[in-house]
Amino acid sequence: MPINYYIFFCLTLFSIGIVGVLTRRNAIIIFMCIELMLNAVNLLLVAFSKMHHAAAVAAAPDTTVGGDGQIFVFFIMVVAAAEVSVGLAIIVMMYRNIHSVDINFLNRLKN
Amino acid sequence: MSIIQILFYLLSGLAVFAALMVLLSKNPVHSVLWLIVVFFAISGHYILLNAQFLAIVNLIVYAGAIMVLFLFVIMLMNLNAATEPNQHIWMKLAGVIAGGCFLVMLVSLASQAGDMANKTVLMKEGNIGLIKELGKILFNEFVIPFELTSVLFLSAMVGAVVLGKKDNTQ
Repeated sequence: MPINYYIFFCLTLFSIGIVGVLTRRNAIIIFMCIELMLNAVNLLLVAFSKMHHAAAVAAAPDTTVGGDGQIFVFFIMVVAAAEVSVGLAIIVMMYRNIHSVDINFLNRLKN
Repeated sequence: MSIIQILFYLLSGLAVFAALMVLLSKNPVHSVLWLIVVFFAISGHYILLNAQFLAIVNLIVYAGAIMVLFLFVIMLMNLNAATEPNQHIWMKLAGVIAGGCFLVMLVSLASQAGDMANKTVLMKEGNIGLIKELGKILFNEFVIPFELTSVLFLSAMVGAVVLGKKDNTQ
Protein backbone atom coordinates (compact mmCIF):
# COMPACT_ATOMS: atom_id res chain seq x y z
CA MET A 1 0.00 0.00 0.00
CA PRO A 2 1.58 3.37 -0.95
CA ILE A 3 2.44 5.66 1.93
CA ASN A 4 0.48 8.50 0.31
CA TYR A 5 -2.81 6.73 1.01
CA TYR A 6 -2.01 6.59 4.69
CA ILE A 7 -0.94 10.24 4.70
CA PHE A 8 -4.19 11.36 3.07
CA PHE A 9 -6.33 9.24 5.36
CA CYS A 10 -4.61 10.47 8.52
CA LEU A 11 -4.78 14.08 7.33
CA THR A 12 -8.51 13.67 6.83
CA LEU A 13 -8.97 12.34 10.35
CA PHE A 14 -6.78 15.11 11.77
CA SER A 15 -8.73 17.80 9.91
CA ILE A 16 -12.02 16.39 11.15
CA GLY A 17 -10.60 16.72 14.66
CA ILE A 18 -9.60 20.32 14.00
CA VAL A 19 -13.04 21.19 12.64
CA GLY A 20 -14.57 19.63 15.73
CA VAL A 21 -12.41 21.69 18.06
CA LEU A 22 -13.27 24.85 16.13
CA THR A 23 -17.03 24.34 15.78
CA ARG A 24 -18.27 22.53 18.86
CA ARG A 25 -18.66 24.27 22.21
CA ASN A 26 -19.19 21.31 24.48
CA ALA A 27 -15.91 20.86 26.37
CA ILE A 28 -16.19 17.07 26.40
CA ILE A 29 -16.64 16.86 22.64
CA ILE A 30 -13.67 19.18 22.14
CA PHE A 31 -11.68 16.79 24.29
CA MET A 32 -12.82 13.84 22.20
CA CYS A 33 -11.75 15.62 19.03
CA ILE A 34 -8.28 16.04 20.53
CA GLU A 35 -8.21 12.28 21.09
CA LEU A 36 -9.17 11.84 17.45
CA MET A 37 -6.23 13.99 16.33
CA LEU A 38 -3.85 12.02 18.55
CA ASN A 39 -5.07 8.78 17.01
CA ALA A 40 -4.55 10.09 13.48
CA VAL A 41 -0.96 10.94 14.36
CA ASN A 42 -0.48 7.52 15.94
CA LEU A 43 -1.63 5.72 12.82
CA LEU A 44 0.66 7.84 10.65
CA LEU A 45 3.62 7.07 12.92
CA VAL A 46 2.97 3.34 12.59
CA ALA A 47 2.66 3.67 8.81
CA PHE A 48 5.99 5.51 8.59
CA SER A 49 7.57 2.93 10.87
CA LYS A 50 6.49 0.16 8.51
CA MET A 51 7.68 2.22 5.54
CA HIS A 52 11.20 2.44 6.92
CA HIS A 53 11.05 -1.18 7.91
CA ALA A 54 10.09 -2.16 4.36
CA ALA A 55 13.13 -0.29 3.02
CA ALA A 56 15.50 -1.85 5.55
CA VAL A 57 14.19 -5.41 5.53
CA ALA A 58 15.17 -5.83 1.89
CA ALA A 59 18.85 -5.46 2.84
CA ALA A 60 18.86 -7.34 6.15
CA PRO A 61 15.91 -9.64 6.91
CA ASP A 62 16.09 -9.53 10.71
CA THR A 63 16.54 -5.80 11.21
CA THR A 64 14.61 -3.80 13.78
CA VAL A 65 14.70 -0.50 11.90
CA GLY A 66 11.43 1.35 12.38
CA GLY A 67 10.65 0.06 15.83
CA ASP A 68 11.21 3.49 17.33
CA GLY A 69 8.07 4.81 15.66
CA GLN A 70 5.91 2.24 17.39
CA ILE A 71 7.54 3.02 20.74
CA PHE A 72 6.64 6.68 20.15
CA VAL A 73 3.02 5.63 19.61
CA PHE A 74 3.16 3.79 22.91
CA PHE A 75 4.40 6.91 24.69
CA ILE A 76 1.76 9.08 23.01
CA MET A 77 -0.89 6.72 24.36
CA VAL A 78 0.62 7.03 27.85
CA VAL A 79 0.61 10.82 27.70
CA ALA A 80 -2.95 10.82 26.33
CA ALA A 81 -4.15 8.68 29.22
CA ALA A 82 -2.59 11.04 31.78
CA GLU A 83 -4.00 14.05 29.90
CA VAL A 84 -7.51 12.61 29.88
CA SER A 85 -7.51 11.93 33.60
CA VAL A 86 -6.46 15.49 34.46
CA GLY A 87 -8.64 17.08 31.77
CA LEU A 88 -11.78 15.28 32.84
CA ALA A 89 -11.10 16.28 36.44
CA ILE A 90 -10.91 19.91 35.27
CA ILE A 91 -14.19 19.52 33.33
CA VAL A 92 -15.92 18.01 36.37
CA MET A 93 -14.67 20.90 38.51
CA MET A 94 -15.85 23.41 35.91
CA TYR A 95 -19.28 21.77 35.82
CA ARG A 96 -19.47 21.90 39.60
CA ASN A 97 -18.74 25.62 39.61
CA ILE A 98 -20.76 26.96 36.68
CA HIS A 99 -23.20 24.04 36.04
CA SER A 100 -22.36 23.86 32.36
CA VAL A 101 -19.66 22.49 30.10
CA ASP A 102 -20.09 25.22 27.51
CA ILE A 103 -16.67 26.72 26.93
CA ASN A 104 -18.15 30.13 26.11
CA PHE A 105 -18.84 30.59 29.80
CA LEU A 106 -15.14 30.34 30.43
CA ASN A 107 -14.36 33.95 29.53
CA ARG A 108 -14.09 35.29 33.05
CA LEU A 109 -10.36 35.79 32.79
CA LYS A 110 -10.93 38.18 29.90
CA ASN A 111 -11.67 41.34 31.86
CA MET B 1 -7.90 -5.52 -5.93
CA SER B 2 -6.48 -7.68 -3.22
CA ILE B 3 -8.08 -8.40 0.13
CA ILE B 4 -5.63 -6.01 1.83
CA GLN B 5 -6.74 -3.10 -0.34
CA ILE B 6 -10.40 -3.90 0.20
CA LEU B 7 -9.86 -3.98 3.96
CA PHE B 8 -7.89 -0.73 3.83
CA TYR B 9 -10.66 1.13 2.00
CA LEU B 10 -13.35 -0.42 4.19
CA LEU B 11 -11.63 0.53 7.44
CA SER B 12 -10.73 4.01 6.18
CA GLY B 13 -14.28 4.71 5.10
CA LEU B 14 -15.64 3.44 8.39
CA ALA B 15 -13.18 5.58 10.37
CA VAL B 16 -13.92 8.77 8.43
CA PHE B 17 -17.68 8.22 8.61
CA ALA B 18 -17.55 7.56 12.34
CA ALA B 19 -15.31 10.59 12.89
CA LEU B 20 -17.83 12.76 11.05
CA MET B 21 -20.62 11.32 13.18
CA VAL B 22 -18.65 12.26 16.32
CA LEU B 23 -18.98 15.87 15.21
CA LEU B 24 -22.53 15.73 13.92
CA SER B 25 -24.16 13.94 16.86
CA LYS B 26 -26.10 16.21 19.15
CA ASN B 27 -26.02 13.78 22.02
CA PRO B 28 -22.57 13.48 23.71
CA VAL B 29 -23.18 9.80 24.51
CA HIS B 30 -23.60 9.08 20.81
CA SER B 31 -20.39 10.97 20.11
CA VAL B 32 -18.53 8.75 22.56
CA LEU B 33 -19.96 5.62 20.96
CA TRP B 34 -18.96 6.80 17.47
CA LEU B 35 -15.48 7.59 18.74
CA ILE B 36 -15.23 4.00 19.96
CA VAL B 37 -16.05 2.92 16.38
CA VAL B 38 -13.17 5.12 15.16
CA PHE B 39 -10.80 3.47 17.61
CA PHE B 40 -11.88 0.01 16.50
CA ALA B 41 -11.26 0.96 12.86
CA ILE B 42 -7.81 2.30 13.73
CA SER B 43 -7.06 -0.91 15.60
CA GLY B 44 -8.02 -2.76 12.42
CA HIS B 45 -5.49 -0.64 10.57
CA TYR B 46 -2.83 -1.58 13.11
CA ILE B 47 -3.60 -5.26 12.56
CA LEU B 48 -3.33 -4.73 8.79
CA LEU B 49 0.11 -3.21 9.40
CA ASN B 50 1.01 -6.18 11.64
CA ALA B 51 1.43 -3.91 14.67
CA GLN B 52 -0.31 -6.39 16.92
CA PHE B 53 0.87 -4.97 20.23
CA LEU B 54 -0.37 -1.48 19.40
CA ALA B 55 -3.68 -2.85 18.14
CA ILE B 56 -4.40 -4.53 21.46
CA VAL B 57 -3.09 -1.61 23.52
CA ASN B 58 -5.22 0.77 21.47
CA LEU B 59 -8.30 -1.29 22.22
CA ILE B 60 -7.55 -1.71 25.91
CA VAL B 61 -6.36 1.82 26.69
CA TYR B 62 -8.50 3.94 24.36
CA ALA B 63 -11.69 1.99 23.74
CA GLY B 64 -11.54 0.35 27.15
CA ALA B 65 -10.26 2.84 29.69
CA ILE B 66 -10.42 6.35 28.26
CA MET B 67 -13.82 6.05 26.62
CA VAL B 68 -15.31 4.50 29.76
CA LEU B 69 -13.96 7.50 31.65
CA PHE B 70 -15.65 9.83 29.16
CA LEU B 71 -18.95 7.96 29.41
CA PHE B 72 -18.68 7.97 33.18
CA VAL B 73 -18.19 11.74 33.32
CA ILE B 74 -21.05 12.37 30.86
CA MET B 75 -23.45 10.21 32.85
CA LEU B 76 -22.23 11.70 36.12
CA MET B 77 -23.03 15.20 34.92
CA ASN B 78 -26.29 14.08 33.32
CA LEU B 79 -25.39 15.65 30.01
CA ASN B 80 -27.07 13.15 27.72
CA ALA B 81 -29.77 15.64 26.84
CA ALA B 82 -28.84 17.96 24.01
CA THR B 83 -27.87 20.99 26.05
CA GLU B 84 -25.67 22.72 23.54
CA PRO B 85 -27.23 26.02 22.49
CA ASN B 86 -27.36 26.83 18.82
CA GLN B 87 -24.22 28.52 17.70
CA HIS B 88 -24.15 31.16 15.08
CA ILE B 89 -24.02 29.62 11.62
CA TRP B 90 -21.13 31.84 10.52
CA MET B 91 -18.94 30.61 13.36
CA LYS B 92 -19.52 27.00 12.30
CA LEU B 93 -18.89 27.89 8.67
CA ALA B 94 -15.65 29.65 9.61
CA GLY B 95 -14.48 26.57 11.50
CA VAL B 96 -15.28 24.25 8.60
CA ILE B 97 -13.53 26.55 6.12
CA ALA B 98 -10.44 26.81 8.32
CA GLY B 99 -10.23 23.04 8.72
CA GLY B 100 -10.82 22.53 5.01
CA CYS B 101 -8.06 24.96 4.10
CA PHE B 102 -5.72 23.12 6.45
CA LEU B 103 -6.63 19.81 4.83
CA VAL B 104 -6.21 21.10 1.27
CA MET B 105 -2.88 22.71 2.07
CA LEU B 106 -1.40 19.63 3.69
CA VAL B 107 -2.75 17.25 1.04
CA SER B 108 -1.21 19.33 -1.73
CA LEU B 109 2.08 19.49 0.19
CA ALA B 110 2.11 15.74 0.77
CA SER B 111 1.27 14.91 -2.80
CA GLN B 112 4.11 17.11 -4.07
CA ALA B 113 6.71 15.67 -1.70
CA GLY B 114 9.29 13.81 -3.76
CA ASP B 115 10.46 11.70 -0.83
CA MET B 116 7.09 10.06 -0.48
CA ALA B 117 6.54 9.40 -4.17
CA ASN B 118 7.31 5.73 -4.57
CA LYS B 119 7.48 4.55 -0.98
CA THR B 120 5.27 1.68 0.08
CA VAL B 121 4.20 0.42 3.46
CA LEU B 122 4.90 -3.17 4.43
CA MET B 123 1.50 -4.74 5.04
CA LYS B 124 0.83 -7.85 7.16
CA GLU B 125 4.50 -8.79 7.20
CA GLY B 126 7.55 -7.83 9.19
CA ASN B 127 7.82 -8.71 12.85
CA ILE B 128 8.65 -5.21 14.04
CA GLY B 129 5.26 -4.76 15.67
CA LEU B 130 5.35 -7.95 17.71
CA ILE B 131 5.67 -7.60 21.45
CA LYS B 132 9.01 -9.43 21.52
CA GLU B 133 10.79 -6.92 19.28
CA LEU B 134 9.07 -3.90 20.80
CA GLY B 135 9.95 -5.04 24.31
CA LYS B 136 13.60 -5.34 23.36
CA ILE B 137 13.62 -1.83 21.92
CA LEU B 138 11.67 -0.40 24.85
CA PHE B 139 13.95 -1.80 27.52
CA ASN B 140 17.21 -1.28 25.67
CA GLU B 141 16.91 2.22 24.24
CA PHE B 142 13.94 3.80 25.99
CA VAL B 143 14.38 2.79 29.62
CA ILE B 144 14.67 6.33 30.98
CA PRO B 145 11.51 7.65 29.23
CA PHE B 146 9.69 4.49 30.29
CA GLU B 147 10.55 5.13 33.92
CA LEU B 148 9.72 8.81 33.58
CA THR B 149 6.21 7.94 32.46
CA SER B 150 5.61 6.38 35.86
CA VAL B 151 6.36 9.75 37.43
CA LEU B 152 4.03 11.36 34.89
CA PHE B 153 1.24 8.96 35.78
CA LEU B 154 1.76 9.53 39.49
CA SER B 155 1.57 13.31 39.06
CA ALA B 156 -1.50 12.95 36.83
CA MET B 157 -3.17 10.79 39.47
CA VAL B 158 -2.39 13.27 42.23
CA GLY B 159 -3.55 16.13 40.02
CA ALA B 160 -6.85 14.43 39.23
CA VAL B 161 -7.49 13.76 42.91
CA VAL B 162 -6.61 17.33 43.92
CA LEU B 163 -8.79 18.82 41.19
CA GLY B 164 -11.68 16.50 41.84
CA LYS B 165 -11.74 16.96 45.61
CA LYS B 166 -14.52 19.09 46.98
CA ASP B 167 -13.36 22.42 48.32
CA ASN B 168 -14.32 22.46 52.00
CA THR B 169 -12.89 25.84 52.87
CA GLN B 170 -15.87 27.82 51.66
